[in-house]
Amino acid sequence: MNNKFKKQGLLGALIGKKMLMGITGLFLIMFLVVHCAVNALIFANDGGELFNKGAEFMGTNILIRTMEVVLFIGLLAHAFDGIYLERKNRQARSVKYVSHNPKANSTWYSRSMAILGILILMFLIVHLKHFWWLSRFTDHIAHSEATKLSGQETLFEEMKEVFQNPMVVVLYVAAMFSLAYHLMHGFQSAFQTMGWNHPKYTPCVKQAGFWFSIIIPLVFALMPIALYTGIIK
Amino acid sequence: MKFNLKIWRQKNAQSTGKMVDYAIDNIDADMSFLEMMDILNEQLINKGDEPIAYDHDCREGICGMCSMHINGRPHGPMHGTTTCQLYMRNFTDGETIYIEPFRANAFPVIRDLVVDRGAFDRIIQAGGFVSVNTGQVQDANNIPVNKADADLAMDAAACIGCGACVAACKNSSASLFVSAKVSQLALLPQGQIEAKERVLAMVNQMDEEGFGSCTNTGACEAECPKEISISNIARMNREYYKATLL
Ligand code: FES
Repeated sequence: MNNKFKKQGLLGALIGKKMLMGITGLFLIMFLVVHCAVNALIFANDGGELFNKGAEFMGTNILIRTMEVVLFIGLLAHAFDGIYLERKNRQARSVKYVSHNPKANSTWYSRSMAILGILILMFLIVHLKHFWWLSRFTDHIAHSEATKLSGQETLFEEMKEVFQNPMVVVLYVAAMFSLAYHLMHGFQSAFQTMGWNHPKYTPCVKQAGFWFSIIIPLVFALMPIALYTGIIK
Repeated sequence: MKFNLKIWRQKNAQSTGKMVDYAIDNIDADMSFLEMMDILNEQLINKGDEPIAYDHDCREGICGMCSMHINGRPHGPMHGTTTCQLYMRNFTDGETIYIEPFRANAFPVIRDLVVDRGAFDRIIQAGGFVSVNTGQVQDANNIPVNKADADLAMDAAACIGCGACVAACKNSSASLFVSAKVSQLALLPQGQIEAKERVLAMVNQMDEEGFGSCTNTGACEAECPKEISISNIARMNREYYKATLL
């Protein structure tokens, strides 16, 4: 055996590029937890008071703002690496099967990660424009009810306004289905790619992934629904 | 039994193939799939037609030569079975059966249902071995091996290199094959000395052959005639990370 590969870096082979998918995926999963927890403050149903406080903290804390940059880098790495790998994988079979029965051996969502990911990315563009863009790059959003200038709105008020449009609500809920199925495969798949497979712990990871993929998107989806229907005022 | 067969015919690697219809009758339910193919070929020869080329050797499920993508699945509808171990009783009378070669750019079709799986040989040649001088047979238990590890190594070594994992994978990834071949040595003391070089050489060769990457759909494990576990893929990844990071 020769040693010509001795100096190879991690990203030199497709496995390394898959590891990048796994690690960024797990990072984005952690982000989802934080994002979901902060937003869930609207369920306090206190006219958005608690939520606005949370939003202000997230918007002004230096650590969080730094992590925001890391988050964008992670998201872009996940998206571009994913598209690169998907293209390569498609190129690996140019003549397709005439008769093909993939249902017999795998789930549809495990085979549709790229398309689900692209749907999530398209949603993210709309979503960032709705809230993140307004609060970072315009002075439309007031930090709190107390410091609100005329013509400004708190983030909670903006949220209520955006979700008055039923089409937006439908879009957000539909996007959460994409997210749920993306996570349903991605959560446990990330662990496998990282090499964290163990006879005792892998079943727990799969269970955790299953519930995570249902609970997080469900809580997110309930937000526009609750605001649209006026359950939360 | 009676069947309508739709079989991929392709003259050589350069030509483009197509599905051709054949009808076959008087097939015994207890015939193997390959015996059915033999009867069809005899009929074709008697008619003066070209018989259908397909791979086979041991016909007892241990060599991995038989391939064929049958009704949309490598090695047909049964679980943990090679094509040679598939019987006509597993189909219904009058059924239409689609028979295609394994498809992946790394497995070019040579003729009809025969594909060139030389890519697997080149991966093994890159590092799927232990460099030791041969000599006297060692005493048993000269090198103690943990029973659990020995069992896992044995399970990985059950891989017959048929290529069903590649054929089933939406990415045409060879990860299950390569990981089984990496694992069978990585689990044993004899494999430790060259562990780093081995995994790097084999993984690089796998990429070079044009196989896709693993997206953990689990299709390979579900279709593997030897039921090789995808936990081997996690082990291969660990070995690869160790080799590149440490
Ligand atoms: S012919 Fe040997 S495994 Fe089928």
